[in-house]
Amino acid sequence: MSTAFRQYFELCGSLLYWLFVAPFRGKGWRLGHTFAQIIRIGVHAVPMSALTALTIGVVLAMQSAAQLAKLGATAFVPGLVSSSLIRELAPLVTAVIVIGRSGSSVTAELGTMKVSEEIEALEVMAIPPMSWLIVPRFLAMVLMLPLLTVFSIYVGLAGGWLIGHFSLHMSTAFFVNHALQYVELRDIGIGLLKSGVFGVLIVTIACSIGLNVSGGAEGVGLATTRSVVVSLLSVFIANALLTALFFF
Amino acid sequence: MPDATPELTVREPIIEVDSLVRHFGSQTVLNGVSFKVYAGDTFVIMGGSGCGKSTLLRHLIGTEKPSSGSIKIFGQEITTMNADARQKLRGRYGMLFQSGALLQSLSVAENVALPLNEHTQLDAGLIDTVVKMKLEQVGLTGHGHKKPSEISGGMKKRAALARALALDPPLVFSDEPTAGLDPIMTAVVDELTQRLTQKIGATVVVVTHDMNSVFRIGTRIIMLGTGANQGKIIASGTPAEIRAHPHPAVQQFINGDPQGHDGDDSGEVLYRETLLGINDTGQYSRSAIHSSKP
Ligand SMILES: Nc1ncnc2c1ncn2[C@@H]1O[C@H](COP(=O)(O)OP(=O)(O)O)[C@@H](O)[C@H]1O
Ligand SMILES: [Mg+2]
Repeated sequence: MSTAFRQYFELCGSLLYWLFVAPFRGKGWRLGHTFAQIIRIGVHAVPMSALTALTIGVVLAMQSAAQLAKLGATAFVPGLVSSSLIRELAPLVTAVIVIGRSGSSVTAELGTMKVSEEIEALEVMAIPPMSWLIVPRFLAMVLMLPLLTVFSIYVGLAGGWLIGHFSLHMSTAFFVNHALQYVELRDIGIGLLKSGVFGVLIVTIACSIGLNVSGGAEGVGLATTRSVVVSLLSVFIANALLTALFFF
Repeated sequence: MPDATPELTVREPIIEVDSLVRHFGSQTVLNGVSFKVYAGDTFVIMGGSGCGKSTLLRHLIGTEKPSSGSIKIFGQEITTMNADARQKLRGRYGMLFQSGALLQSLSVAENVALPLNEHTQLDAGLIDTVVKMKLEQVGLTGHGHKKPSEISGGMKKRAALARALALDPPLVFSDEPTAGLDPIMTAVVDELTQRLTQKIGATVVVVTHDMNSVFRIGTRIIMLGTGANQGKIIASGTPAEIRAHPHPAVQQFINGDPQGHDGDDSGEVLYRETLLGINDTGQYSRSAIHSSKP
């Protein structure tokens, strides 16, 4: 356990160097690799994020409509959908999707490279694995998770609008106005901050566990499971802490 | 070899290893290893499976840190060296890993081109030509476009050798370059290794337990022990000296006897016993059976 923490903080220290110091010493970010990771981590996650966000928007609208109808207050449905999506659900659910899709695959890929000596081979060829493998994944994750979150917010709102428009007979203008009425810029800021923090957590945990795999194929399997579990718990805990921070 | 010794003393040592010790948990894998490798040598490290040959190479290339002891490469102490200096030094040697360690995400040709792309200013056309040449040297013409997962184990080894030689480094480490190759390819790779030292003047450190290769290419040989001699050099010398070495484990290894030599050295735990995990009371020892896990 303590070695895992030590490895994690070593990775973070090294990452800080390669992100912010190395570029000024002629060892810039590898944009080609970063772009490839942006496609894998971000673009390929779009369909799944969209479908998930859509169902959540629809369900949120139906559940809140069922309750608010008793009070004759279905006009609050759009605001409820938008504020829950922006402040909580979109950042969290998108993070969970990305953990399942990309956190696991980053750990498995790096772990396989570790056990097949590929990482060592990079080191010996004087190609630092931090710059070749880790920084591109970090940049892609920290850029794409917030973007996916924004995208999920829009799609989730569209899901809410489906219910609002076709079941509650709201006009589109009414839905949009009421959805935006309860949202402040600050909420969007908090939502994006959350997803940025989640992105950092997910990719650093996935990389640290992947780079420290030992024990062949079995080790890679165990590490992948551990990466998903640790990332999920970290993201849930960080979410609670961040919500509390802005609540009080 | 009376004429070899004075020459060796004037030549410059490329690698100096002194009292190298490495523990993994309670296991002592390297236990006071000392040797020198001189310029132009084909230095062979031999020994049974699991005796620590690959671990020793990993220390030489600086991806593992010793528990104690000193390693100098090109006169520089690598055990205490900082990352920048290590980075510079790494440009001067190539390494063929036991598993090949080709990057799976790149094609064979891209793997060979990688060091050239990273460390030279050559233009793409020239790099292409060099890659073709390197692949031809190891008999892989026409396989450059394939992914490592699409070629056989022996082909991976040769592709990895081509990659290790891409920058024509003055020092080459090679971990079992001929394991898994057919006799003809073994000869091809051995010849390539010889050409490195004889034509290019490189220094080569080879791990192998192919006895034909050992005597074909080796100019200096050390053998690491197993069992009671785990992690120690039990024999070192020229090929002729090793061939005539009195140590029973050396003779057993050269001749491939499963039974050990005459058994005159009764305190010795022989290779077969260690391999099978039988201690001197004839029982299987747990540590040997589970030795693959720390
Ligand atoms: N990273 C490691 N952790 C624990 N034990 C290791 C490690 N690497 C090697 N060993 C142990 O060191 C011994 C020598 O391994 P190795 O150098 O691979 O042998 P070989 O001579 O076959 O190349 C083995 O018993 C192995 O279990
Ligand atoms: Mg080995």
